[in-house]
Amino acid sequence: MKTFLVLGAGTAGTMIARKMASHLDAREWKVVLVDKDEKHYYQPGFLFLPFGMYRAQDVIQPKRKFIPEKVEFIISGIERIEPDASRVKLTNGRTITYDHMVVATGVDIHPEETEGMLDGGWRTNVFDFYTFEGATALGKFLEKWQGGRMVVNVVENPIKCPVAPLELLFLADWWFTKRGMRNKVELVYATPLSGAFTKPIAADALGAILKRKNIHVEPDFNIGMVDAGSNVIRSWDEREIPYDLLVTVPTNMGAEVIGRSGMGDEMNFVAVDKHTLQSQKWENVWVMGDANNIPTSKAGAVIHFQQETVLKNLLAHISGKPITHKFDGHASCYIESGFNKGVLIDFNYDQEPLPGKYPLPVVGPFTLLGETTINHWGKLAFKTLYWNMMLQGIEVPLPNDFSMAGKKTMSSKSPAPQF
Amino acid sequence: MTDLVNVAFNAEGYMTDPNQWTKELAEILARQEGIDILTPEHWRIIDFCRTSGLASGKAPTLRQITVGTGISIKDLFALYPKGPAKKVAKIAGLGKPEGCV
Repeated sequence: MKTFLVLGAGTAGTMIARKMASHLDAREWKVVLVDKDEKHYYQPGFLFLPFGMYRAQDVIQPKRKFIPEKVEFIISGIERIEPDASRVKLTNGRTITYDHMVVATGVDIHPEETEGMLDGGWRTNVFDFYTFEGATALGKFLEKWQGGRMVVNVVENPIKCPVAPLELLFLADWWFTKRGMRNKVELVYATPLSGAFTKPIAADALGAILKRKNIHVEPDFNIGMVDAGSNVIRSWDEREIPYDLLVTVPTNMGAEVIGRSGMGDEMNFVAVDKHTLQSQKWENVWVMGDANNIPTSKAGAVIHFQQETVLKNLLAHISGKPITHKFDGHASCYIESGFNKGVLIDFNYDQEPLPGKYPLPVVGPFTLLGETTINHWGKLAFKTLYWNMMLQGIEVPLPNDFSMAGKKTMSSKSPAPQF
Repeated sequence: MTDLVNVAFNAEGYMTDPNQWTKELAEILARQEGIDILTPEHWRIIDFCRTSGLASGKAPTLRQITVGTGISIKDLFALYPKGPAKKVAKIAGLGKPEGCV
């Protein structure tokens, strides 16, 4: 009996375990899925928790609900991965030897990486919103807040979902307006990037929305410390931003077991071929979702687009055939922009986000890089799509490969460097 | 004499072909960034970024530089004020360092 092992039962791990179990011959293979947690979180929904738009039941479901019977699900931490020996030691004492393995252990926030972040203010007037607990605590704080300066800060990149901090600001602007207290709140976005987003055309479009909403951007801000005593964040180049409420996106790092096992880079991300997601070092190891080092957004939609490539390549590799499918870095993000509107961006490794229509030219129905109500409904509909289709193995009717159809080409201000 | 005219830059001032880079060019680019003299400490960082950038195809991030060279972030900011990762990438003839896309 051969073993197909999947580490991590989040979005990527759950989806690939289900797919492999339905494609591999059960007389020959068993599929084993390991995770330390019984709860499955719909992480894009965390954004809506602070504003009371979603509650716990919208974003948490039991993992088992999405794991088919034929997959053996083990709840345990992972002590150590030994890829040279194709072996994994679990914290429950069990050792699993695998023939093929998919690592999908995700990323976590590390507030302790920033000096002073955990001193005093943590979850008092300093909050993260990338965990269920953080987003919920921020919601409780906002219910009672009388106003002041709200600073949103990204500590360093890469982060899971690079547009989420912008969305939080857009929603905050809407929420404070609705409560009749927008004039009592100053909104500031302190980012290590030089603008609102990494890619020039989208940065301009999103930057214009920030400006229109009277949200001040402090670019090139590399935070050195949080001074919780005087409610100030300080950059390495000695700039200071006072806050009454600090919403931070702490350093994001891959799972600690990746580091312990010597499989990752300095941020515990595993190096893979960016087109196949196969490990660069171990040919029977594949890394999906947030755990790998591919240069695209860490987001659920990206996992949706990459799973077919990984599935086909895995099946080919297992049966001794060459790997021919290539993932193009396709990412699609609905950006909630407040007042029941949203912006959509669609891009890949080579092509930055452009204006236009998606997925069909002219008719859309979604508008790229423009604010529309239907984009907002797309964002909200995604929760239903996620729980009822993506995780249940039902095909979501969106093309996996990035397409230029419907996009308006314009000369980019910053062509990709030629290495 | 190094001639900037024949070197390709993008609109943000990053070289688009790292093979056009020379040490002389680095000194000119450093002066444009407000660094008059490149000390051995500056060069240690440039050398690391060249090696790392050419191997991975991407300019290293601030964290990769501090881990890779053992030089503290505070010292990196003292050597390359404002934005060390972006400044070194420019001087080392690499693209813009992007932690995310």
